[in-house]
Formats: sequence, structure tokens, C-alpha cells
Amino acid sequence: MSEGKSNLQKILEAGIFSVTAEIGPPMSADADFVRKRAVELKGKIDAANVTDNQTAIVRMSSIIASYLALLEDMEPVVQMTCRDRNRIAIQSDLLGAYALGLRNVLCLSGDHQSFGNHPQAKNVYDIDSIQLLQALKKMKEEKVFMSGKPTKKPAEFFLGATANPFADPEELQLIRLQKKIRVGAQFIQTQAIYDVDRFAAWMEKVRKAGLHKKAYILAGILVNKSLKSIEMTKKVAGMLVPDVFVERMKNAASQESEGVKIALELIEAIRKIDGVSGIHIMAVGWESIVPEIVKKAGFLPRPAI
Amino acid sequence: MIVAEPKPIEEIVKSLEGCKEIVVAACGTCVTVCMAGGEKEALELATLLELRCPGIRARVVAPKRQCDVEFLDEIAGDAENADVILSMGCGAGVQFMAERFCGKPVIPAVNTKFIGVTRDMGVWTEMCQGCGDCILEKTGGVCPVTRCSKSNFNGPCGGSSNGKCEVDPVIDCGWQLIYDRLKALGKLEKLFEIIEPKDWRSSRDGGPRRVEKAEMRIKE
Repeated sequence: MSEGKSNLQKILEAGIFSVTAEIGPPMSADADFVRKRAVELKGKIDAANVTDNQTAIVRMSSIIASYLALLEDMEPVVQMTCRDRNRIAIQSDLLGAYALGLRNVLCLSGDHQSFGNHPQAKNVYDIDSIQLLQALKKMKEEKVFMSGKPTKKPAEFFLGATANPFADPEELQLIRLQKKIRVGAQFIQTQAIYDVDRFAAWMEKVRKAGLHKKAYILAGILVNKSLKSIEMTKKVAGMLVPDVFVERMKNAASQESEGVKIALELIEAIRKIDGVSGIHIMAVGWESIVPEIVKKAGFLPRPAI
Repeated sequence: MIVAEPKPIEEIVKSLEGCKEIVVAACGTCVTVCMAGGEKEALELATLLELRCPGIRARVVAPKRQCDVEFLDEIAGDAENADVILSMGCGAGVQFMAERFCGKPVIPAVNTKFIGVTRDMGVWTEMCQGCGDCILEKTGGVCPVTRCSKSNFNGPCGGSSNGKCEVDPVIDCGWQLIYDRLKALGKLEKLFEIIEPKDWRSSRDGGPRRVEKAEMRIKE
């Protein structure tokens, strides 16, 4: 895929329901860790998000880990946050990423550094995620940097953004989603969904605004391994986890099996919602479960395009 | 106003090691209002230092403000006779005192925090970062640069929940405030506008800044 469109873009454009997951780079320089994850996921999903110092914890660079995954034939989605780099570093790093053959970028604000393991750090936030999307679209279409200066060979990424159907204020979050799509987002990954009814109501608004026709909506699913994991998820700002799921984990004979069962039920309900183009599985700390979930959800084999 | 808070007394005591005659310089403007470095706080600090550090003599001076040289001239006599000047002014005051009394060590007695307001009795909150190019017209009079923890220009991040910022539940989500205000004004359409990347040269990123008012310069 070193030239032209990414696998993920081709799948979505072909109208195939996409399946993506995540590779969290290691808190070390261990390349084998990434290779192992990539090999595990190869053929099971269409692309793997490679997180960018998620929760502001220092990990191997998203771009480098993405490249390691690509070498194993696992297509990555590079995550790029606005927290750690100014416009000079972001553009520079993404030119490099494109040169390495990476084709998907997910643009994010980034978790605030106060959550991570270097809360003493100075943050950047030179530009926000909408301005980043706008810049990357402009680079692609007009062959210019943010400065307006030309580049002979621009990075032409398949551009993604995030949306949280459960964050406040709801009306403004929807306006923000519209802005993201207007400035260049081609696919949207949502925050993890537990409350299907509320997500369905959100999708109705998305459809009403015609946004599902302008960008592919990929619904986020989080897989919990334990009661502790779902309790921690519930505490995250902007996450909505109905008590019934916590109760189910509490009462389960096997919390791991229950976690998988919940994820499969959610996938089954969400894939039927009109306007959803794919599922994005986040099995934070339990990546090895993804192949089983994908298989049980009936997503295999993945199409080769 | 510029909001400051007193440094821990231990830190001040340590910085005064070996000094005998000290001048504690209050400032009559911002730090007086935020009760960090006014004449009252200076008198308290001087008393406390004399109790804590036997042999120290602390004299209080209270210039109208430390950021204009004419008021520093008024305290020159006391300042020149001291071993050290303990400034309770903001960072600008401390530095300006150090320029004016270049032969004397000038030590800060407060930590300068931010440009803010009195939110409640004894509570001050940050409102402005002095970024040099005000966009409050676009955002209903609520500053996203200062009041959004990520300085987002185009809406809230996904961590806004029940009107609060994910960073700390005592922080209001700046974008919730912007939304509420624009809604009350009937101007929600402003939120659809894409705010372009900021030119940070107007902020500190362009180096230490300077403002000149031409008509005032001509008089020289």
C-alpha cells in the first residue's frame, strides 16, 4: 500500500463493514512487542490504530510502531495528537510517516498530560485537532504546508477524527463533529459505546445532518477483562457505562467470558444501526482477545482488496 | 489583575540566610487586591520574619506600585540601606526593583500566578493568558485559550462532562461556558465558524513583548 489508497479506505469505499482495533506501543524500545501484536492481528482486522502516547504515558512513537506493524503487513492507522508537537513537528513527522508508506492518520487533541506519568510536562496545543485536519486536507489538495508554502510531494493521508456521542454539551459536540468532517475528516472513530440506545439516538442526529454520508462512522467498542477494568472505564470522563454491565461483571462466574459476551452483544446491536460503517475494537491491555471477538462476531474472513 | 500567592515562609527564610537588614516591599495594586503582597501582608511577613530569624530587622515599604519607576524612587532611601529587598510584587515588580536597585539582591516573596478575577471571597481564577490577539468576540466573551485546558479553538474535547473539565472537577469546561453564553445571546451560529490556527507571535512565542504608543513617545 505504499502508493495510493489505504486498505481501510478501499474497504470503506467498497461499502464493506470495516473492523479495526488497536496496538498500544510498549513502554520500552521493544520492537518485538509491536511485531507480535501486528502478527496476531494480521488478517483478522482491516487496520490497527497505533496510539500516540495514550493517556499521556510515554510509549514508543506511534509512527515508528506503525512502521513496524506495516512491515508485518498489518496496516496501521497512525494516531497524531496535538498535545506534544507544534505545527512544525506535526507536519515534519507526518511527511516522514507518509514517506515510510503509512497512509491513515487519526487526528486527536490528546489526553491531557496531567493524566499520564509525566504530569510535570509542558503541553503544546499549538493547533487543535480541527486545525490539524484542515491543514492535512489542504496539504493533500493544495500541496501546501500550513504556512501556505508549497511542497512538491505532499502527504496524502486518509484522514480520521474522533467523536464522543456521550460528552457534553451534546449540541456543541455535534457541531464539532460537523466541523471535523467539513475540514477534512473522512472517517470518524467514536468513543467506546455501552449505552446503545443513547448511541442510536446520537446516530439519528448524525443521519439527520447527513454526516454518515460525508464520513464513515466507526463505532468504538471497549472490551473489559475484569470487574476492575469496567469500573475504571466507568470513571473516565466522557464515558457512559450503565450499571447493568458493572453488575453483570460482578456476578459473572468468569469475568473474562462475560467481558467478551458484553462486547459481542454490543457489536451485534451497533452493527445494525443505520449509518454505522464499521466497528473499532479497543481491548486496552487485552489485545490478544481481539481475534476471538472478531471471529465470534462473524467478521472473518476479512476481505482482501 | 495579576494574581499571586505568598511563597512558603520556609522558602523565604532560606533565601534570607545571612541577611540582617531587610526591606519588605509591598505593592499597592494587583497583589494588594488579591491579598498576597499588600501593605497588610508585608507587615505580617516582616513580623513573622523577625520572630523566625533572630537578628533580622525587617522594615516595610509600600510603594503605590512596583512597575513604575517613579514609585521606586520614593523608596530608594530605605532600599539602599538594606542588605536585601524582599519584593511582594508580581514578577514584573521584582524584576523592575532589581533593575532600579542594581546593587541589591531582590528576592521574590510571592509566586505570580495569572491574570484573573476575584471569583469569591478568597478565591481567584484565571481568565487571560495575555496571548496578544483577543478572540473573545468569537467566543461569547469566554476565552478558550485560557479556560479550555487544551486551548482548543473549535470546541470541547471528548472529556467535557456535566459542564466540567476532565483535568479537574473544580474546573468548568471552557467550551461549556462558551456554549451556554452564546446560546443565551442567541448566537450559536458562531460555533460553526472554523477558528483558524493562531499566530502565536503575538503571544510569548514571539519573544518578550513590547507595546509602544507612538503619541506618547513623541513627547520625549
